Amino acid sequence: MPLLEIQNLKVHFPVRQPWFGRAKEFVRAVDDVSFAIAPGETVGLVGESGCGKTTLGRAVIKLIEPTSGRIVFEGEDIATLSGAELRARRRRFQMIFQDPYGSLDPRLTVAASIGEALDIHGLAPDATARRQRIDALLKDVGLDPSHAPRLPHEFSGGQRQRIGIARALAVEPRLIVCDEPVSALDVSVQAQIINLLQHLQREHNIAYLFVAHDLAVVKHISRRILVMYLGRIVESGDARELCRSPKHPYTRALLSAVPVVDPDSKRQRILLAGDVPSPIHPPGGCPFHPRCPVAEARCKTEVPSLRELAPGHHAACLASSRMARSTYAL
Amino acid sequence: MPLLEIKNLQIEFGSGLSVARAADGVSLMLEAGKTLCLVGESGSGKSVTALSIAKLVPAPPAHYVGGEILLEGRDVLKMSSRELREIRGGLVSYVFQEPGASLNPVFRIGAQIKESLKYHRPAVANDAEVIRLLKLVGIPAPESRLKNYPHEMSGGMQQRVMLAMALASQPKLLVADEPTTALDVTIQAQIIELLRDLRRQLGMAVLLITHNLGIVGDLADDVAVMYAGQIVEHGPVREVIQRPLHPYTQALIQSVPELDTEVACLTAIPGTVPLPGAYPSGCRFHPRCPKARPDCSQAAPDLSQVEPQRWARCPYWNWKANALA
Repeated sequence: MPLLEIQNLKVHFPVRQPWFGRAKEFVRAVDDVSFAIAPGETVGLVGESGCGKTTLGRAVIKLIEPTSGRIVFEGEDIATLSGAELRARRRRFQMIFQDPYGSLDPRLTVAASIGEALDIHGLAPDATARRQRIDALLKDVGLDPSHAPRLPHEFSGGQRQRIGIARALAVEPRLIVCDEPVSALDVSVQAQIINLLQHLQREHNIAYLFVAHDLAVVKHISRRILVMYLGRIVESGDARELCRSPKHPYTRALLSAVPVVDPDSKRQRILLAGDVPSPIHPPGGCPFHPRCPVAEARCKTEVPSLRELAPGHHAACLASSRMARSTYAL
Repeated sequence: MPLLEIKNLQIEFGSGLSVARAADGVSLMLEAGKTLCLVGESGSGKSVTALSIAKLVPAPPAHYVGGEILLEGRDVLKMSSRELREIRGGLVSYVFQEPGASLNPVFRIGAQIKESLKYHRPAVANDAEVIRLLKLVGIPAPESRLKNYPHEMSGGMQQRVMLAMALASQPKLLVADEPTTALDVTIQAQIIELLRDLRRQLGMAVLLITHNLGIVGDLADDVAVMYAGQIVEHGPVREVIQRPLHPYTQALIQSVPELDTEVACLTAIPGTVPLPGAYPSGCRFHPRCPKARPDCSQAAPDLSQVEPQRWARCPYWNWKANALA
């Protein structure tokens, strides 16, 4: 049984709500998304800014109320839960945020930030146990327990991200949604945090939904990858397979944008023109067609659905079958 | 005469017992029309070095303790504030990391670009020139964008506006301080491509500052690697990346995750950059260096020329014929 199963999840935000009646326009931030995460597995979610990946990550753990769809966590639909019932379940799923400078309360010491999670869920019977648990958590994430009484501003970005991880770990979750946890960090520190996340996963059998825009990072940490564009999953599959033979032109473009160290690399870069279009008025047909290098006439009218092109490898592209045969490759 | 020559630059913050030397004997040279990348982690002193080129590090709190910054032969550190105003955004233009924070949120972008034109090229401070600049940096339908406020544009578009503003004065040197760090990889690729294009079209020199060696190869002629306020390696881009001599450069290259390689564990550099004022004795990198030897904590190595065109601050750069890597 999967740990988490998302079925037809939609998150629509009303735009300019009128005084009376119902909103006429919606941002379809997440539009009919389905996937599953097994226990202890990492699923990567990639896409550009504005594609809805953060909204999806938050909706999955109910930090944003989904418009419709089911979120089945450990066999129970949590999409409709609220209040105390939801809070009790929150122990099982946690989140790590992108900005390590914004996600910690600047007035709380490290011990207080981590201890708060223990207090809310009643996980520390007395003060000694609480302190020991906090020390153990700090050691787990590679920080010195003597740092517990310090304030966030005394730490570097990488260390703050470690504190954020310790805070998420405090309640022994089964799933952690990592929302761009390394995007704000230097590459050298980024590698430290990714190694730490992988180490913790092996130790505690935690599943991750790893949200990021850099495919090289996502490929390294994930078993499966979901590629998102304008609120929809456009390609999904095994991480290595998806990076080796991408089916969707958007995935190809994302792959080609990954920085390559070697100046003599023969990799051809597919530059995507422009930005992600407005999700209020997405283009008709395939939402990617205005930026797509291989778009055909029918892409402007037909909406492609996810089709299985290889075992476990899905893509939503009308041209993908033709493209697989062509010489158009990275 | 090189366009820019920094000689033994020393910048300190604080005074008395708590002196922090953010740049400690930095020397760089940049020929007209060339691109130099200054690479290093946060806190290594690369931004302070870059800002000092137009004396933009405010003093106080900073002290320009020693050294020279020669721009076309004239020492910036000895210039009057009037002369400085001429070169800032004139001879030298800057593009910073966060375009959203660098643009003024209450003015339309057309007006902001025109402001730069009014000061440096008053004869062409008109809409036509602004439109030409916006077109130059690849903004589609520039006529309709003049009246936009910064918040109406995406991060990539904002960075293009910043570039247009920087190019308004036709600078000979563009300093780009982490211009793509806040952007998506797809947009990062666009901006790097644009920088390369502009450099070719306009023939200006570029000083690119980044922590990611992955974007260096595409753009640079030379690379200087900075650690704890010092240059630790300097050389032509191909050679530095394909055969790095300093262990720090090697570690930086290895920490970039690549698509084509399968590794169980990414190579991270353990620990953090030491704070200015708390530099370790001997080689400043030795506590984090995977190849450190006992005497590395004793003697501070100099930046020495080890091959034609190549400098490294590590006495063991040639240890076992580059078996360091």
